[in-house]
Amino acid sequence: MYPIFKQILKTGIKSEVPPQPDQALRVTAARLEDAMLKTLGRALVIRHIDAGSCNGCEVEIHALSNPYYNLEGLGIRFAASPKHADLLLVTGPVAKNMETALKRAYECTPAPKLVVAVGDCGISGGIFGESYASCGRVANVIPVDVIVPGCPPTPEALLTGILTAISAR
Amino acid sequence: MKLLDQDLSFEALNGAVAAYAATADEAGLLAFCSAVKESGGRLVALWGCDERKRGQGFVLNVACGIEKGMAIVSLPLPATDPEYPDLSEIFPAANRLQRAVFDLLGIRARGGDPRPWLRHANWPADFFPLRRDCDASQRFPARNEDYAFVRVEGDGVHEIPVGPIHAGIIEPGHFRFSIVGEKVLRLEQRFGWTHKGIEKRFEQMSLADGYRLAGRVSGDSTVAYAWAYCQAAEALTSTQAPARALWLRALFLERERVANHLGDLGYLGNDAALSFGLSQFMRLKEDWQRLSGALFGHRLMMDAIVPGGVACDLSRDGGEQISSQCDAIEREVLILKNIYDEHAGLQDRFLTTGRLDPALAAELSVCGLVGRASSQAWDLRTQNPVAPYDQLETQIVTHRAGDVAARVAVRFEELIESLRLIRRIVSQLPQGERILPLAAPGADTGMGIGWVEGWRGDVLVALAADPEGNIRRCHCHDPSWLIWPALEHAIMGNIVPDFPLINKSFNLSYSGQDS
Ligand code: SF4
Repeated sequence: MYPIFKQILKTGIKSEVPPQPDQALRVTAARLEDAMLKTLGRALVIRHIDAGSCNGCEVEIHALSNPYYNLEGLGIRFAASPKHADLLLVTGPVAKNMETALKRAYECTPAPKLVVAVGDCGISGGIFGESYASCGRVANVIPVDVIVPGCPPTPEALLTGILTAISAR
Repeated sequence: MKLLDQDLSFEALNGAVAAYAATADEAGLLAFCSAVKESGGRLVALWGCDERKRGQGFVLNVACGIEKGMAIVSLPLPATDPEYPDLSEIFPAANRLQRAVFDLLGIRARGGDPRPWLRHANWPADFFPLRRDCDASQRFPARNEDYAFVRVEGDGVHEIPVGPIHAGIIEPGHFRFSIVGEKVLRLEQRFGWTHKGIEKRFEQMSLADGYRLAGRVSGDSTVAYAWAYCQAAEALTSTQAPARALWLRALFLERERVANHLGDLGYLGNDAALSFGLSQFMRLKEDWQRLSGALFGHRLMMDAIVPGGVACDLSRDGGEQISSQCDAIEREVLILKNIYDEHAGLQDRFLTTGRLDPALAAELSVCGLVGRASSQAWDLRTQNPVAPYDQLETQIVTHRAGDVAARVAVRFEELIESLRLIRRIVSQLPQGERILPLAAPGADTGMGIGWVEGWRGDVLVALAADPEGNIRRCHCHDPSWLIWPALEHAIMGNIVPDFPLINKSFNLSYSGQDS
């Protein structure tokens, strides 16, 4: 145990101040009332869905949980099921083979069903575009509230997008 | 030239990679594959091409790894009813590759597994996107698929279906466990969910810009793919990237290896209930990615390798930052390694869990770090080194036990070795240009090959272009193709709750194999 404690103490607290929301990332008007936002702001549950990404976006979503961004410290955590989620964080162009699964996950998600489309692929289909195998952007398959540009977006951009989704206008 | 004493005449392909190509008939192909197997070689990749517009039929290409490098045997097939002998009898790993080739091109392995692989029910069975005359912009309605999983029957046996959406930040795939009590009797994987039509998309791109798409086949291996793509493009155009660029490419590749190994080591601790390991290693990974972002403009170094060279340079000051960060990370990793090694709970979960027997690994053509943890001593950086690896004396890391502990050990040791390589690259970085222009091919090209030892295993890119430099065919092969089937074996006899740990110790790409 001693080396573990020593390492923890030596490392210290690395968490940084989170970024501010950016209303320019909204694609729809804010749908939630202030009272609800206050609650969500302190306890937001996210379900991540990879709808066909190259996995680059996932690398950066993983980084959100590292001590620097300390997502859990902000009261935000990832859930294993869409049934427990307030917000879906969707990456990738929607692969044709994932279209049904994504729609089903969206249906299972309780209100308010916030959706953040991640990355250039999530926003436009990105370099993969649309074809027999790709439905393109996330909004082609389910409604989207906020977009986070980047290929992949940095953890800071992801955090900005998530905080925007739960911010009052 | 002859290889393995077989009656085929190989010629060395142009370019940096040690690759040899021959054309064969069915008997010649089968005999060669058997000879590869007997000599201790392995299957590397298998893909098809539609050459009907060039007055031929279809072609099946089989790439094998042998001591000398890569031997590619091409089997010409007729334009109608193209069929070839099922190679999965010789190389079991050919099974899924053959099914994918059928889904994309309609070339059938005679007597092979008839189930689709990349095609779910979402486009018609007679729609073959990689046929040159196929209009891939067509859209079809999504449909439910009834896939023929192999059933295990018996007293108390039941199934657990998992996915495609998994309970975590993971790519989509489907796992079908047949279990009795807590024990896994059988695992069957069903993939293809993230198939995005990448190889068809390449046909709309030029040689000069395809590297961006190659770098997005599997984002966590973007450097390996981009380098392999550029090797292939440079081979087709007889372009020689400058020495400085090659050294910088190796720097990026080793940085990618370190980043991924750091993350995996953290998650492996976490999956064995030591969340301390996750926060520590993810902190180190973040430091690492931040420096990549600061020096090369991208935290994953996407698009840093471009045809003809590299997109960014390294200043003397940047080199010093890299070296001192390597020292700092090494110190921390050694402390953490000690903690992992001494942690009884962790070792109890790691040791003997998810064992992949070396003989089975050889039978299944398992490559990469998973292979090396099961005695499969394949590492292009030591066996067929391209510049600058021919001057770096990379130490290959292998272990025999084939369990989670061995895969953890390989990661620790490779990480330390990569830190050594990075310091050496920075200190010996040659001066000069960082990029040269890519020439136009001038004529219809043959096949250009790129082959790079990424952090997960060897990535292959096979490329062909028309005289104007438009891509005619680009096949990207992920090492995960050959490692996923081994996971089905490694889990057998283990308990279901150990699956996440075992799966993490493999950490394979879904997007890379679905592409
Ligand atoms: S946005 Fe970029 S990193 Fe994200 S899935 Fe698309 S290609 Fe990959």
